[in-house]
Order: sequence, then C-alpha cells, then structure tokens
Amino acid sequence: MGATRERILGRIRDAVADGRESDWRAELDQRVEQAPQLIRPKLPDDLFACFSEKLVLGGGTCERLDAVSQVPEAIARFLKTNELAPKLRAAPALQGVVWGDVLHVNFGNTRGDDLVSVTPAFCAVAETGSVVLLSSEESPTSLNFLPDVHIVIVDMKQLVPHYEDVWEKLRVFGEVPRAINFITGPSKTADVEQTLQIGAHGPRNLHVLLVSDLGIDGPCADSA
Amino acid sequence: MEPHSHDFKKNAAQAAGDEQLRLALAKAQDGFVGKRAEVVGLLPEFEPLREQGKTIRNHVLANLDYYLERYEAAVQKQGGQVHWAETPEDAQNIVRDICKRVDAKLVIKGKSMISEEVALNEALEGDGLDVVESDLGEYILQLAKEPPSHIIAPAIHKTKAQISELFYNAHKKLGFNKKLDTVPDLVNEARQVLRSRYLEADVGITGANFLIAETGSNIIVTNEGNGDLSCTLPRVHIVTASIEKVVPTLDDASALLRLLARSATGQEITSYTTFSTGPRRAGDSDGPEEYHVVLVDNGRTEMLAGTFREMLRCIRCGACMNHCPVYGAIGGHSYGWVYPGPMGSVLTPSFLGLKEAGDLAHACTLNGRCSSVCPMKIPLPDLLREHRRRQFEAKLTPKVANYALAGWGFLAKHPRLYQPLMALGMKMMGLVGRRKGRFRSMPLASGWTNTRDLPAPQGETFHHAWRKRRGEK
Ligand code: SF4
Repeated sequence: MGATRERILGRIRDAVADGRESDWRAELDQRVEQAPQLIRPKLPDDLFACFSEKLVLGGGTCERLDAVSQVPEAIARFLKTNELAPKLRAAPALQGVVWGDVLHVNFGNTRGDDLVSVTPAFCAVAETGSVVLLSSEESPTSLNFLPDVHIVIVDMKQLVPHYEDVWEKLRVFGEVPRAINFITGPSKTADVEQTLQIGAHGPRNLHVLLVSDLGIDGPCADSA
Repeated sequence: MEPHSHDFKKNAAQAAGDEQLRLALAKAQDGFVGKRAEVVGLLPEFEPLREQGKTIRNHVLANLDYYLERYEAAVQKQGGQVHWAETPEDAQNIVRDICKRVDAKLVIKGKSMISEEVALNEALEGDGLDVVESDLGEYILQLAKEPPSHIIAPAIHKTKAQISELFYNAHKKLGFNKKLDTVPDLVNEARQVLRSRYLEADVGITGANFLIAETGSNIIVTNEGNGDLSCTLPRVHIVTASIEKVVPTLDDASALLRLLARSATGQEITSYTTFSTGPRRAGDSDGPEEYHVVLVDNGRTEMLAGTFREMLRCIRCGACMNHCPVYGAIGGHSYGWVYPGPMGSVLTPSFLGLKEAGDLAHACTLNGRCSSVCPMKIPLPDLLREHRRRQFEAKLTPKVANYALAGWGFLAKHPRLYQPLMALGMKMMGLVGRRKGRFRSMPLASGWTNTRDLPAPQGETFHHAWRKRRGEK
C-alpha cells in the first residue's frame, strides 16, 4: 500500500523534479493558500436579471420577494400553479421562518416520500444562475435531490457575481462542508437520442426565491 | 473491458457501412457542435480562459507530486481515506476489499471513465456484487452489455426503439409490462426503477471531474443528479480518479469548470456541480459514513515523463470527438476500448501499447479540428503523428506500407527519377479517369475506394503545371 504510493510519487518526481528552485515548496504553498487571481467573465450590472436569465436557461424559475414574511404565500402560489398540494418538507434551518397556516410544513430530512422540499442556499451566482447549497445537520443534502419539486430560498445579499465570490465567502465561513451543491435547474438528461428530458433522477422543478432581508441564522446569513 | 483496438480496421469498416449508426452520429455531432459554438460565442473571454486553463493544467502536471500529497493530506484531515493504485488490478482490489469489509450487496455507480478503464464492474460482479449504473446512458449500456461509445454521451449510438426493447426485457420482472415509445416514458421508467436502487445501495461509486488539493474535495458534474444520489445516500462513497485530476484550489477548479460544460454539452453549466469533502459530519442525517478515494496511475506516470505529457491536460469533455470526421463516420465502438475519437487515439496506444492500438493513430485526416476546439489546447494531431512515427520506428506498420513508403522515399530523394515517373503516372490516371473525373475502384487501393471515390488527376503533375505558369518550359 505505502510502497505503491511511494513508487507512483517517485516516478512523478523523476519526471518533474529536475531544476526546481530551492524554495519551490514554499512557493506552491503560497499558490494554494492565497488563491490565484484568475480571469472572471465580465457580467452586466444588473445581477438579478443576469441570474434569472441564466437560471431560466437551465430550466429553473425564480422570483424576487421583499421580505421573508412573503415566503409562505409565494410558495403556496407556486404549488397551486403547479397543481400540487400545499404540503412540504423544509430544512431544519428554516424553522425560524413564520410559516403561518397556508402551508403544511414538516421539518427534517427525507427518504424520498416527500413531493416538495424547501431549503436555504448559501449563495446565488449571477454568472450561471446557480444556487449554492451547503450540507449540514440543518440542511441535509437529500432534500436537494429526492423530492420532485425543489424550492430554494436565498438572501438577496448573497447574490454574488462569480463562483470565486462564493469561495471568498466560504473561506470567511471557515469550514468546508461535506457537500457543496451548485444547482442550476432541474434534473435533466439527453441520453435517449439526444432529446432533452426534464426529471431524470432528481427534481423536475427548481424554483428559487430571492428574498431581501431573509434574516435567518446559519450559513445562509451574510457572513461577509 | 477486453481491448479490441487491434481489430480497428475491421470494426471501422463495418461501422462505416452501418447507416443507422451514421445517422445517429450525424445528429449527435450536429447538436454538440452547434450548441458549443453558440455558448462559446456568448463568452468573449473564452480564448483567454483556454490559455489560462492550459497554464493551470501544465502547472499541476509540473508539480503533480506536491499537489497529490497536499490533496491526500486534505482528504485525511476531513476524515477520508486515500488509496493508491498502480494498475487496474490494484484499483479493483482496493474497491473489492472495501466492499467486502462493509459487507456490501448492492453498489450504485455514477458515470466514471476511469472505472471503465480499470474494468471495475466486471471485478465487482465477479465477487457476486450487484452493480448498477445510474447515469441513464450507462444504465442503457449495462442492460445492452455494451461499452460506452462516447465519453459524455455513452449511449449516443442507441435508438429509442432499441432502448425501449432493452427496458421491456429488463423491467418486465419488476412489473413494468408496457413497451414504451416516447422519450419521457422511457426516462420516467428508468427513474422509477433506479430510485429504489439508490435507497438500497450500500456503496456508491463515482468518478471525479477534478480533485482539489486545497480542500480535499472531489467534483462531479452531472445533469441528471444521479452522481449526487449515488454519493449522498449509500453508507460508503468511493471516488475513483486518475492521478492527473488534481487541481490546486477551488478557484482553479472554477476556471476549468467554465470551459468544461461549454466544451462538452454546449451548456454554460450543468444542472449539478457538486463538491464532496469527506464523510458525513457530526449531527448530519445523510451523507456516507466512509469516504474513500482511489487514485489510479495506470501508465500516467510514464506519460508524464515523455512526449505525451500534454495529453494529461485532458479534462474529458468530448469536444474532440464531437468535431472529428472520423469519429462521425465510425462511432466510438470501432476504437475498441474505453476512449474513442482523437483523445482515445492518443490515449489508447499510450496505455495499451502500439502493438494493440497503433492503428488508431492512422485513422486521422490531420484536419486539426480537434485541437482547435480542445479547451486544453492539446495538440492532438501532433501527438497522433508521434504515435505513427514510433510505430514506424518499431517496425509495427504493415510491410506493404513500409515498402511503399520506402520506395516513395527513395524516389522523392531522386528528383530526376521522381519527376518523369510521376508525369507518366498522372498522364495515365488522367486518361483513364477523365470521363467521370473520379475512380470508383482501383487495384491495390480498395481500402480507399470501398468507402469513397478517388478524384482523378488532371493528367499533369504539380511541377509541370507550376513550370507552365511561370512561363518556363
Ligand atoms: S482531448 Fe481536449 S477536446 Fe478531447 S476530451 Fe480531452 S480536453 Fe476535451
């Protein structure tokens, strides 16, 4: 086991180590620890418009809300339009939201018997129209993949231009969670005759609510 | 899988005559090429991003020992385990041992080319494990008992009718009794069948598009979400990855991701891009209890030391095969092993040797489209030429070709002989072929004329025409 590792690394060293400066290791340490400045595509000024356009391109939908108090109504409306019962499984992180009585909300994880899930997101990325979800006890990953309809709530303040902005926030946050999911639209496949089909294994619907002043704790709160 | 690259000529000739395959390939290539061109057109920074991507990958390869060690330390810090495999057998044994130890019965798999390369399914099935591919394309092929014919669209060669037949036969026993004829119905049935498998599986195996040294994460990129279910629900997650997949930081990975989806499917991003790091954390209600990574060498360290190092920049996007006229004419199976198209023609002889796969390098018109779209700017035609050169040097090219080339070489070095002989030859061919302007068949050249016409010469050599133009006699 250890011998295999040594043989592989040894062969790599034989192939590449010639002519290294004496401080090469320190240089590489620095290259990793201070992430390099790389090209970021230029984006339009209106990040929300960009986000929404890209998300729709990926097959998702979104709406913008002024306050967290509008969330339950917005979800109820969305479910009604899609002819779904007002019943959902929400991530424990969303227990602080005042849900009222328009929806029947259960908190916790799913084993696949919930049709609709609602989860918080860490960020939304304008560049690609993606929401970024971090796994935790409060936001289990199964909720992002097993239900038919996935509704994501994200604070407007967390709408960032590029992927790299997410990494900057994550580094401030400190921990690397077990799963970081960039989600951009519903599950889809083109494996049968290159014909696009929505709902391969995961959600058939992705709906994002961007809320001004979400005001909930945890990884979704503004950490920057 | 057993390589059949030595049968390349025969397989390619057969495939070139398969009308249904040709239509399927043409449709797929048109789609991929068009969509890629569209999204690349939307990103003015695409060319600088390509150059930057190339620089990042070169930097990694030049410091691969450092980044692998750093990656390994980061995985361990997060509670994961890293295993090193020199050969396909090593990789198989590592995975088999883990499955045995955790008493696995059912293994669910996300798409992974490296697991095809090390023939993992066969090894696990040999141990009596139930192995289920979850990517729809791979699932279809598993039912058909066929290898993938494209690295990102593995079932590109299968028609709806064939898939319907496969599903009908396989799902009957599960209570699905209808023959389906629409794409939504087929996808939906697979969804239902596979859903319970994710929940029952003990072990999930996925590949990795990248490994990140900074955090110890692996990235998988899918549209279906199958990879995510495979690494979230089972008790154990095993990542199979080749050693060159590592990148320094999350930022480097992002820079490469900007190129990957655009080059592969012509999307700006796929539905799911997932960074998995270690096993479940305290308090988590899902995620694997164990997280393993199997790092596979299988010949890559030798490539790193030689001319083919540049090939290790490859991010497996498939653009080169989508733009290759030869792939479009013969499909992926002709190449006889795991990797088809231009990248396969470079990789396969490097992994399996020129004796097995040397012929692949000759199925190239050197038109250069592959390298002009390759996001990593890999000089694929140059590398193919290098295989040809080595094959010739090792005297592995067919005798007839060697004699013919030697004869031509002799003549080319003796212009006094070459010019009159060529003039005579062109005159003869010009006379014979004048009426139609082309030859439908030709003695000794049926390999050419069976699948295409040879244009007839005008009856004059270039030298002659050139002299005439310049007014010389
Ligand atoms: S060789 Fe280039 S174009 Fe082909 S799969 Fe690799 S990265 Fe993509």
